Amino acid sequence: MNQADNSTVIIDTGCANLSSVRYAFERICNDVIVSDDHALIKAATRVVLPGVGTAGAAMASLKDKKLVELIQGLTQPVLGVCLGMQMMTQVSKEHGGREVDCECLGLIPTDVEELDSQGQPLPHMGWNQITPSAHPLFSGIPAGSYLYFVHSYRVPLSDYTIAKCEYGETFSAAIAKDNFMGVQFHPEKSAAIGSKILSNFLALDKASLNAAIQEPKS
Amino acid sequence: MLAKRIVPCLDVKEGKVVKGVQFRNHEIVGDIVPLAARYAEEGADELVFYDITASAHDRVIDKSWVSRVAERIDIPFCVAGGIKTIAQAREKLAFGADKISINSPALTDPSLIERLQDEFGRQCIVIGIDSYFDSDSNSYKVKQFTGDESATKDTQWFTQDWVQEVQKRGCGEIVLNVMNQDGVRQGYDLKQLSMVREICDVPLIASGGAGTMAHFKEVFEVARVDAALAASVFHKGIIDIGELKNYLFENNIAIRR
Repeated sequence: MNQADNSTVIIDTGCANLSSVRYAFERICNDVIVSDDHALIKAATRVVLPGVGTAGAAMASLKDKKLVELIQGLTQPVLGVCLGMQMMTQVSKEHGGREVDCECLGLIPTDVEELDSQGQPLPHMGWNQITPSAHPLFSGIPAGSYLYFVHSYRVPLSDYTIAKCEYGETFSAAIAKDNFMGVQFHPEKSAAIGSKILSNFLALDKASLNAAIQEPKS
Repeated sequence: MLAKRIVPCLDVKEGKVVKGVQFRNHEIVGDIVPLAARYAEEGADELVFYDITASAHDRVIDKSWVSRVAERIDIPFCVAGGIKTIAQAREKLAFGADKISINSPALTDPSLIERLQDEFGRQCIVIGIDSYFDSDSNSYKVKQFTGDESATKDTQWFTQDWVQEVQKRGCGEIVLNVMNQDGVRQGYDLKQLSMVREICDVPLIASGGAGTMAHFKEVFEVARVDAALAASVFHKGIIDIGELKNYLFENNIAIRR
């Protein structure tokens, strides 16, 4: 496979800090592109949906760039990071000053609500341990591995949970459905373990994802 | 379990890492990027870079090193120093900083905190507070412009009031730097940190006074802070980060190793 056939496109959402995600991929692979170009995103081997800020602002930006339907139609592996993961759900309760819930991309049938930290400080900020499932995104990642989290909203546990984390309550550290995967933590800021997860993502293709779907969820 | 964070602080002056005693007489410790990378490899959980001259001299930190750090290290880092506007904050975040820390400019214009929060979300807005014990009023008070001795001044804020004000305005984390003990390595101010912990609902980072590994243990156990920041003990090799984390782990403190 030549380099042109193996591109990683990070979607330029217009409001996120994209440098860290880009640098993290550049440390482990070639042909990393940050773009909002429809043709480039469609043709990518894999796509990353990053995100920092609020769901409302990020979704508004995707709509402005006419990227919503395009992302919904992608068939290659897609990884959402932090807010990018939350945008993969159906709806977010993070209003960011607005009156109503934020409609999201609807790629994974779950939603986003405020994290109940049971009185512990919020945001949930720092290194916390995850319990991963057998999903290939977590191949070689032991239970108890520390990843870096920064968030106040969370996706609850569901059939789509592929890794769990606990802070006041147990929530989804990662979710997946078909070719769409999302991680609540920041793999780009999670030292060697985070880099291993990004490498796992690079190794995924349709065949390995189909195989993963056949396996029972743990 | 959420781990307690060990946070080396690199005071930056004119592109070099420096360290002074009680904010004075700065000496050069080394270059930014190699030091940052070394700390990341040794197990630091996060890094803070303070440009200690920026606020006092009314200029903004040189941005180029921010992206050089982001390219090289794979743990979170925070940039502080003279950030007064949304545009300046956006620039640091765009270059790869995970958080920006605001100290003196927030005291000059507290509405800056709300505006930054509206724009970037509270998760990347850190408020640094330089607090000292004022023996005249028998209370903790806040100082401003501590980067330069000649510019440093007292404010009208009691520390407790300012801690509550910055949370109300939307910060995501607080670094409480206790000036009386900075650099002398006599331990964190457990009394003051415990008092602030009671009124602090966002993550709290203790700063100032670390001298021994036991100081870290007690600040986590007694003051229940989320993170402990230190500079000279790491720069001077008095404490090795790996050894410190093993020691804390053996003392049943949640630590990433």
